[in-house]
Amino acid sequence: MPSFVRPDKCDGCKALDKTACQFICPNDLMALNTDTMKAYNQEPHQCWECYCCVKICPQGAIDVRGYADFVPMGASVVPLRSTDSIMWTVKFRNGSVKRFKFPIRTTPEGEADPSGGWSTEPSLDDHVLATEPDSLGTADVWTQ
Amino acid sequence: MQDFSTVEIETDLLILGGGMAACGAAVEAAHWAKKNGLKVTMVDKATPDRSGAVAMGLSAINQYVGLKDGANTIKDYVDYVRNDLMGICREDLVASIARHVDSSVHLFEKWGLPIWTDKDGGYVHEGRWQLMINGESYKIIVAEAAKNAVGGDNIYDRVFITEPLMDGGRCVGAVGFSVRENKFYVFKSKATICAMGGAVGVFKPRSTGEGSGRAWYPPFNSGASAYFTIKAGAEMTCQEVRFIPVRFKDAYGPVGAWFLLFKSQATNALGEAYMQTRRGELDNWAPYGKVKPVPANLRNYLMLLDVMEGKGPIYMQTAEAIQKIAESETDPKKAKKKLKELESEAWEDFLDMTISQAILWAATNIQPEESPSEIAAAEPYFIGSHSGASGAWVSGPKDLAPDEYFWGYENMTTITGLFAAGDASGASSHKFSSGSHAEGRIAGKAAIRYIVNEKPPLPNLDSARIDALKTRILKPLALYDEFKDATTQTDVNPNYILPRSYMQRLQKLMDEYAGGVSSQFCTSKTNLNRALELLDFLKEDAENLAASNLHELMRCWENIHRTYQAEAHVRAMLFRDETRWPGYYFRTDTPKMDNENWNVFVNCTFDAETNEWNFKKVPIVTILS
Ligand SMILES: Cc1cc2nc3c(=O)[nH]c(=O)nc-3n(C[C@H](O)[C@H](O)[C@H](O)COP(=O)(O)OP(=O)(O)OC[C@H]3O[C@@H](n4cnc5c(N)ncnc54)[C@H](O)[C@@H]3O)c2cc1C
Ligand code: SF4
Ligand code: SF4
Repeated sequence: MPSFVRPDKCDGCKALDKTACQFICPNDLMALNTDTMKAYNQEPHQCWECYCCVKICPQGAIDVRGYADFVPMGASVVPLRSTDSIMWTVKFRNGSVKRFKFPIRTTPEGEADPSGGWSTEPSLDDHVLATEPDSLGTADVWTQ
Repeated sequence: MQDFSTVEIETDLLILGGGMAACGAAVEAAHWAKKNGLKVTMVDKATPDRSGAVAMGLSAINQYVGLKDGANTIKDYVDYVRNDLMGICREDLVASIARHVDSSVHLFEKWGLPIWTDKDGGYVHEGRWQLMINGESYKIIVAEAAKNAVGGDNIYDRVFITEPLMDGGRCVGAVGFSVRENKFYVFKSKATICAMGGAVGVFKPRSTGEGSGRAWYPPFNSGASAYFTIKAGAEMTCQEVRFIPVRFKDAYGPVGAWFLLFKSQATNALGEAYMQTRRGELDNWAPYGKVKPVPANLRNYLMLLDVMEGKGPIYMQTAEAIQKIAESETDPKKAKKKLKELESEAWEDFLDMTISQAILWAATNIQPEESPSEIAAAEPYFIGSHSGASGAWVSGPKDLAPDEYFWGYENMTTITGLFAAGDASGASSHKFSSGSHAEGRIAGKAAIRYIVNEKPPLPNLDSARIDALKTRILKPLALYDEFKDATTQTDVNPNYILPRSYMQRLQKLMDEYAGGVSSQFCTSKTNLNRALELLDFLKEDAENLAASNLHELMRCWENIHRTYQAEAHVRAMLFRDETRWPGYYFRTDTPKMDNENWNVFVNCTFDAETNEWNFKKVPIVTILS
C-alpha cells in the first residue's frame, strides 16, 4: 500500500492543528484517525510514492512498500533528510544494501531572496523582467 | 449536509496553482505589484512547498539556453522545438520563453538549488539543453522565493479551484472549496493567471490496481487548467497533442540521463537497435524525420513498430553503456572510481525524481552495470510544458509576435483578464520546469501591466449567482447524504456514481476508442465518434457524482475537469484528418502526414451557454526560420 504508517512510531503529531504528513501530501492522501490518533493513507492506489510524507514525518513513522501489482516484496528505500543533504538507504530483495548521500540546498532554509540579490529596474512597459538583464548575465535581453 | 460558509476574497491579481509557473508568476508579479500598490493572491489545491509535477524533486533542469556563454542562440532553441513537434509550434512564444529562461535558472541557483559544476566552474550538461542538479528540494526552494515575495498571508493552500468567475465575457476570478474545512471560496480579481498544470488519469494507466497512482505524470494534476480555460470560453490550441513518454517500464523512472549522459542504447529483445534498423522509416516523416535529434514521437514510433512485430520487450542497455564509459579510463584505479561515480549518479537520477524506480530495481535485484532494464511507452498525458503542446491560445509579446498572435498582453488568453502559463498555455512545448517558471514570470509582469493600464474594475456579483454556484459545486455531498442509506453498502448504489468508478469509466472508454495503451495508441474517425457517444452518457452521469467527504468532493471535480480535457482531445483528433505524431497517436484511417493541408494549428472554443464546440485551422506564422 504505497506509503504506510508504523503505529508504534506515529504520535499523531501531538494533536497539533494539522499533522505534518497531512500538511505536505500533494495528493491529500494522509489522514488522521481521530480515535487512535494515528495517521494513514486514505487512498493507496492514488499514491505517487513521492516520499514527501516520509521525508517530513518528525517521528520517522512513514515508510513505503512498493506497489503490490508489479513490485516483488522485500525491498525498501529509506531517506533521512536534513537541512542541507539527504541520505538514502536502498535495501535489495536479496539483502544487499547501498547508501547514497546527496546535497539538497546551498542556502539556509527560509532565506531565498526573491530578487537573488540583483537589482535592475526595467520599465513595466517592455518585455524585460525584474532582475534582468543582470540575472541573465548578458548586456541586454534578446529581441529580434 | 453540513453548513458551508462562503468566504469572499478581493484581490488585484489572482494566481491559480502553486507549481513552477505559478511560483514564477508570483515572484515577478509581487515585484511590480509592490511598486503599484497592488495585491497578489495565490491559490493551490496542495501546499506549494511540494505541489505539482516537481513535488518529489527533479534531477535535471531541462531548458537552459546558455546565452551568456554564447553556447546556443534563441533560434537554435526554436528550431529544436519546432522540429520536435513536427512543425507545430508558436515561434514567438518559444523564443519569448527562451530569452528569459536562463535568468530563472540563475535565480534558482541563488535561492539555493545545487546545480552540478565541472572543475572549471561551468554547469554540467546532461544534453545540449539540460543541466544536472541535486534537485531533491527544487520545489521547496522555488516555492520559498514565491512565498517570500507575495507573503504567506496571501497564499491559500488546500483550496481546490473548480470554476472561473465570468462577468460580461471577462474573467473576474475563480471559485473553489477548501479540502480541510467547510468553506466555499469566491476569489474576485482584476486579472487571473491560470497555472494549474496538465492532466493525468484521462486514459487508463498500465497499472491495474494499487499502482494506478504511479503514472509518470503526477496523479494530482487532473486537468484543472484545461477545464478552467475551456469553461471561460478561451480559444484552445493543440488539444490533439498528447505526450507519451518512454520510460523504464512500470515505475516510469527517467531515461534522460541514460540516453544523454551515459550514451546508452535501447534495443529490442533480440539486441537490435531500432533507431538504426528502422532508420528508413524516418523518411516517411520528412522533413521532421530527417532532423537531429529525431523527434520524440518518432523515436517512440520506431520502438512501437518493433513491439508490434513481436520483438519486445524493449531494453535500455545500461550495462553496455556503463562498461563503455569505464573502459574509456585506462588506469584501473581511476576506472573503479569512475564506475562508483556512475553508479551513484544513476541512482540519484531515480532518487531525486522517481523513487518508485529505485524500489523496483531493488526489489528485482537490478544492478544496472550488470543487466539491462525494460523500457516502455507510458499512457497518454496532457502536459503542454513538456513534449506535449495542449493548452490555451495566448498572446505573444509585442516585439516578437506577428499581428495574428498579438492582442496586447503577453500570455493573455482570448478572454480579457485571463492569462495562462506552464502546462496551461499551448503551442509552446519544451519549456519544462525552468521555462514554465520563466513563462510564469512573463505572464506575471504582463498581468500587472494590464491591471495598471486598463484599470479593470472588480466585479459586482449578485449573491443569487454565487449561491447557485455554491449549490452546484457542493451537490455531490448533498447527493451522497440523500441516498447513502438506499442500499446496504455505500459504494454500490443506483442513485449515484462515486468518483473512482466515474474515473475508471472515463479511462476505459478513452483507452479503447481514443488510442490508449490497450489499442497501441491507434484510433480512427469511427472509433472517435463512438468515444463521443460514450462521453455524452458520462457527462450526463457527472450530474450524479457523489462524495462522502471533502476529499471525495475534490475527486468528483477532478474528474469533471478530466472529462473536458478528454472531449477536447477526442474532438481535436477527429478534426485533424491526418497522422502527424505517430508514436503519440496513430489515426489508422488517415495514416500519413499531410503537410499540404494540415501544417496548421487546430484551435477550438467551447460555448458554455450552448454546449457547442467550434474547431478551426489557424496558420503557422514563422518568425525565425
Ligand atoms: C515525471 C516528470 C519528470 C519531469 N522531469 C523534468 C526534468 O527533469 N527537468 C525539467 O526541467 N522538467 C521536468 N518535468 C517538467 C516540469 O515538471 C513541468 O514542466 C512543470 O512542472 C510545469 O509547471 P506548471 O506550473 O505548469 O505545473 P506544475 O508544476 O505541475 O504545477 C501545477 C500546480 O497546480 C496546482 N493545481 C492543480 N489543480 C488545481 C486546482 N484544481 N486548484 C488549485 N490548484 C491546482 C497543483 O497543486 C500545482 O501546484 C518533468 C515532469 C514530470 C511529470
Ligand atoms: S507526520 Fe508522522 S507522526 Fe505526524 S501524524 Fe503523520 S505519520 Fe504520524
Ligand atoms: S508518498 Fe507522496 S503521494 Fe503518497 S501519501 Fe506520501 S506524500 Fe502522498
